[in-house]
Amino acid sequence: MYGRKVKLRLFFILLLLTTLALSIFLILKSLEDNVVYFQSPSQIKLLTEVTKKKIRVGGMVKNNSIFIKSKKVRFVITDFKNEINVVYSGVIPNLFAEGKGVVAEGYLKDKEFFLATKILAKHDENYMPPEVKAALEEK
Amino acid sequence: MASLIGSYSLIFGLGCSVLIIFFSVKDFNKSGNLNSKVISFTFLQLFFIVVSFFGLILSFVNSDFSNETVFNHSHTTKPLFYKITGTWGNHEGSLLLWLLVLTLFIFLFLLSSKKEPKKYRILTLLFQQVIIFGFFIFVIKTSNPFSYIFPIPTEGLGLNPILQDPALAIHPPILYLGYVGSSIIFSSVLAATTLNYITKQWAKDIKKWILVSWIFLTLGILLGSIWAYYELGWGGFWFWDPVENVSLMPWLALTTLLHCILVLEKRLILTSWVIILSIATFTLSMCGTFLVRSGILNSVHTFANDPERGLFILIFLFCLIFLSFFVFFFFHKIENRNTSNFFWLSKETSILINNWFMMYFLSVVLIGTIYPIFLEVISSEKISVGPPFYNKLIIPFLIPFLFAIAIGPKLNWIKSDFKNKKYLLLFLIVSLILSIFIVKNFKIDFLLNTILITSAFFLFFVTLRDLIVRQFTNLSQSVAHFGFSLLILSILLNNIFSTEIITNLKIGETFQSEKLKINFESLEHADKQNYKSLVGKFSIESFDGKVVVLNPELRIYNQPNIITSEADIKTNLLTDKFITMNIVHNQDYFNIRYQTKPYMVWIWISVLLISCGGLISFLRKKYEK
Repeated sequence: MYGRKVKLRLFFILLLLTTLALSIFLILKSLEDNVVYFQSPSQIKLLTEVTKKKIRVGGMVKNNSIFIKSKKVRFVITDFKNEINVVYSGVIPNLFAEGKGVVAEGYLKDKEFFLATKILAKHDENYMPPEVKAALEEK
Repeated sequence: MASLIGSYSLIFGLGCSVLIIFFSVKDFNKSGNLNSKVISFTFLQLFFIVVSFFGLILSFVNSDFSNETVFNHSHTTKPLFYKITGTWGNHEGSLLLWLLVLTLFIFLFLLSSKKEPKKYRILTLLFQQVIIFGFFIFVIKTSNPFSYIFPIPTEGLGLNPILQDPALAIHPPILYLGYVGSSIIFSSVLAATTLNYITKQWAKDIKKWILVSWIFLTLGILLGSIWAYYELGWGGFWFWDPVENVSLMPWLALTTLLHCILVLEKRLILTSWVIILSIATFTLSMCGTFLVRSGILNSVHTFANDPERGLFILIFLFCLIFLSFFVFFFFHKIENRNTSNFFWLSKETSILINNWFMMYFLSVVLIGTIYPIFLEVISSEKISVGPPFYNKLIIPFLIPFLFAIAIGPKLNWIKSDFKNKKYLLLFLIVSLILSIFIVKNFKIDFLLNTILITSAFFLFFVTLRDLIVRQFTNLSQSVAHFGFSLLILSILLNNIFSTEIITNLKIGETFQSEKLKINFESLEHADKQNYKSLVGKFSIESFDGKVVVLNPELRIYNQPNIITSEADIKTNLLTDKFITMNIVHNQDYFNIRYQTKPYMVWIWISVLLISCGGLISFLRKKYEK
């Protein structure tokens, strides 16, 4: 028979492995629920059904498309192939402007309308979110 | 001229590295004291890098645009203070700063370790020189701060205005002192493992270095957080953004290491933990530099970057990890003599539990940070991981963790029991009543929040009692733990009580809700040294008739042409009133965000208290109980 110590250690290792497996499972599980996918206007056009999950839409703010009222801002995001209307109320970053890159986070109403809950601010005027760059290069 | 001297100094510094390695290898098996040449060359290396660094500062001050780094990141109209701090506000300069701190720390180590065995000192120096050598090659090859451009431009491109800020001016040096401080821990742990020199005395000496690095890292993160709070204008202090996460990860590893080294110092157990954590801390610090500088992170803080550099750091990182694992597996002898006498209710068990919790938090942050990169590489799907992910995974584990922090320090070494601990139950009941009282007024998840706030209050009371009852025994721990409990409590209450109003207003308009009136009275223009300033005047009238005037500012910088908004914050001990104003392109409307953030100042104070705890421990000569 194995000694008590060996058994204890074996038990400890088993416990360790189970906890490890369990925590990794938990982490990956909640990743699945909580990640936000990025999509370009063209990708949204190709969707077969409109998801209820939060997504990010990125592209350029179309020229002459910003309309502002006291509660809401409306604008159009384009990737020069397709475009999508965005309605937003919230903080507008300083670098948000027509003809510049933008990433909006929120929910799709349908394939034409996007309700944004957040517009992401960037630090650098030349900086373009990698997703936008990729989306623009694909065209 | 200054650039030229700096550039040559850098190469001489590299030469020193080679000489130091040569002499220390030669000296390794000789008996007697450490060869004085080795110390002289280490000093000389430090000297060259200091010269090189001042060369760069001077080029920035003189706006020497023949230097590419200066051209890219400076401008003649920039105030002198930001010309100087601009030196390390960019990639090249910040790496030079890394080198400076690397060499400074190894020099200090050699000076302060005279009592240690010679072989240990030499080996530490050698490991450190490997790192220094790697960074030299990296700086000279991929990011030389002294590159020459011709024809010489007459004007520079300017520093990103968002970096022109006092907190961010000193944030990188302090953070780097923490990051790079972990290199000494890394080197000496590897040296001690190789020589099988892990003793209680060694633990005591290395603890000082861990504390130094930990204090600076804590302060560095605090500064970054304060900056984000008032400069980014979102009114938050932590966004779970990848760039923030990479500074949190070494902090978690280092904090765990700090607790482990206490056990090692006292009982000579947990050596494997200490070794692994030392390696992890430094690797995570380097990873931080890699992830931030390579630009593969999709972060709100992303600055300009270059993928080639990332590749170099990545290769270098793998070499170091390989080296350290080699040392760990081949030289580390696992002793069995002490592992068996762990009693389930003892201080060492509680520290071990603390370790596991910390490792869990670390892996959550790690996975949340690198999973998007990983996924993009394998499936080209682009995702981002936000606060809900972290909240969901961290909060449930935070509750037992907080209870463990409250109870753990109460236990004795080796074996303990729960006698004379009745007051704990009293605290628990009081905390529960308090938190029910708070939570019931809000429409939030009752059960989870009650338990969470109960545990935070419980820890708060227990640590507060310790601070008062214990007085000067174990002061550092009492202060740091009290700081931590205050931090958690202020964050939780801040989250629950914060309010926010976002609206678009024209000049002269008023926003009205049931609770308050925001009046946009006027807008004043002014020309400053390198920007135009627009200061708005807002009077905020609350329902009880109190009026507060806030003056948020918009700055339109000339070079580069960027607009930044400066929040106006009225702080008192109970609450922060926070307002930002953003311009909307070509429109008359201004986007106004008004927030009240209760107990904000306590978040900063509590982090200061935490680092004070470290400082007290560092300054204490006598061993604490």
